[in-house]
Amino acid sequence: MRIFTAAFAIAAGLIVLLGYFFPDQLESLRLLLLDWAIIIAGMAVLVGIFNLVAVQMEKIRTRQKGGTYGALLVISLILTFGFGLILGPENQYMRLTMDAVIMPVEASLMAILVVTLIYASIRLLRRRLDVMSIIFLSVALIFLIGMMPTSFGALDSLQQFIVQVAGMFSRGGARGLLIGIALGTLLTGLRVLLGVDRPYGGS
Amino acid sequence: MLAFGLLVLAAVLFVALTLWRRKTPGSLRLIEAYERLNRSVGLAVENGTRLHISLGRGNFFTARGGSALAGLAMLRRLAERTSMSDRPPIVTSGDASLAILSQDTLQSGYRAAGAEDQYRFSTGRLTGLTPFSYAAGTIPTIHDEDVSANIILGDLGTEAGLLAEASDRENTSLIAASDNLSAQSVFYASAQEPLIGEELFAAGAYVGAGASHEASLNVQDILRWLIILAILIGAGLKILGAPI
Repeated sequence: MRIFTAAFAIAAGLIVLLGYFFPDQLESLRLLLLDWAIIIAGMAVLVGIFNLVAVQMEKIRTRQKGGTYGALLVISLILTFGFGLILGPENQYMRLTMDAVIMPVEASLMAILVVTLIYASIRLLRRRLDVMSIIFLSVALIFLIGMMPTSFGALDSLQQFIVQVAGMFSRGGARGLLIGIALGTLLTGLRVLLGVDRPYGGS
Repeated sequence: MLAFGLLVLAAVLFVALTLWRRKTPGSLRLIEAYERLNRSVGLAVENGTRLHISLGRGNFFTARGGSALAGLAMLRRLAERTSMSDRPPIVTSGDASLAILSQDTLQSGYRAAGAEDQYRFSTGRLTGLTPFSYAAGTIPTIHDEDVSANIILGDLGTEAGLLAEASDRENTSLIAASDNLSAQSVFYASAQEPLIGEELFAAGAYVGAGASHEASLNVQDILRWLIILAILIGAGLKILGAPI
């Protein structure tokens, strides 16, 4: 069974990859396989949500820390899912759950994140006092100064200069990092395509 | 056709170097974060504490899936090494497909270690489907599950700062890498030993996943030199006024 799984995964992966290079011969097969994959990914979301509920129910059942929050999550999930099925996602009350609950909560987390990042930057020099950390913080500060809004017109040209000069170095660095990441992704993909890594249940 | 040529070259080099590395294992340069990771795995097994492995939100329909696959390759090896621990590692993901694959990978690791009966499907968790819900769902795992080391490896954005902060509050080890530049800068400021750029993809080789992972690193080095040469030649030709 595992050999069959691996053979099917490798064949599907190769067809999808080669479909990009030989569209005349393999385009339709590539699109068919991608459609199947999208349907499976949709089902995976349902399985994932079942997993989420199961983990929270386990927390509630064994009276673990945070079990109350788990109960709140499960009740909210069931209510939202039920009302979503009955009323439809475009219903004004359903939209309200997004606008009045999820958006403000995510915005609050974003605000916490800002404070967290400032705090982490302050502690960076205490944790790791070296040249790279000093350069890292200095560049971050230069960019902040370069991008912050000011009421002084005279600073505009200075800000543009800062963003242009510092941006030149940071864009170069970012491209270098992205090339490295692209090569890593390529080799990781090749390992899966050749069946060396089998995250789909093989040994 | 250039892209296809690069792909074929990478595949040929990879196969050849894997065969070579099986006969003559190479030595890897010291990366402090992976040294800490290996120490943390040993300590977790000895102390009876947990590892928390966060695989991020890498979606397999995008180019970000690569980092998720690299995380799964590392997870497979870590699952095998920690399968005899009193407390199994917990894996959190922000993508449903990735969560299912993490469960499958954990099970494979346990099976390989001859401890499949120890596997619990609830140790591979989906904790949220949006960036901040993923962070909010993962933070309780860091705080409440007796975690001694957090290994965050995958596609995350700036929300990674919340996970790093939670780890810091619990005074646990943090080994973190991402393919996302924003998350890399967050980790640079937050982690004890940050992993930068393609170091993320070296995780498998450093946890002893085998010759193929070492060969991957060799191929990446060769391709990187080829790209550097191409950039230098291109810049030279441009300076000379060649139409490129």
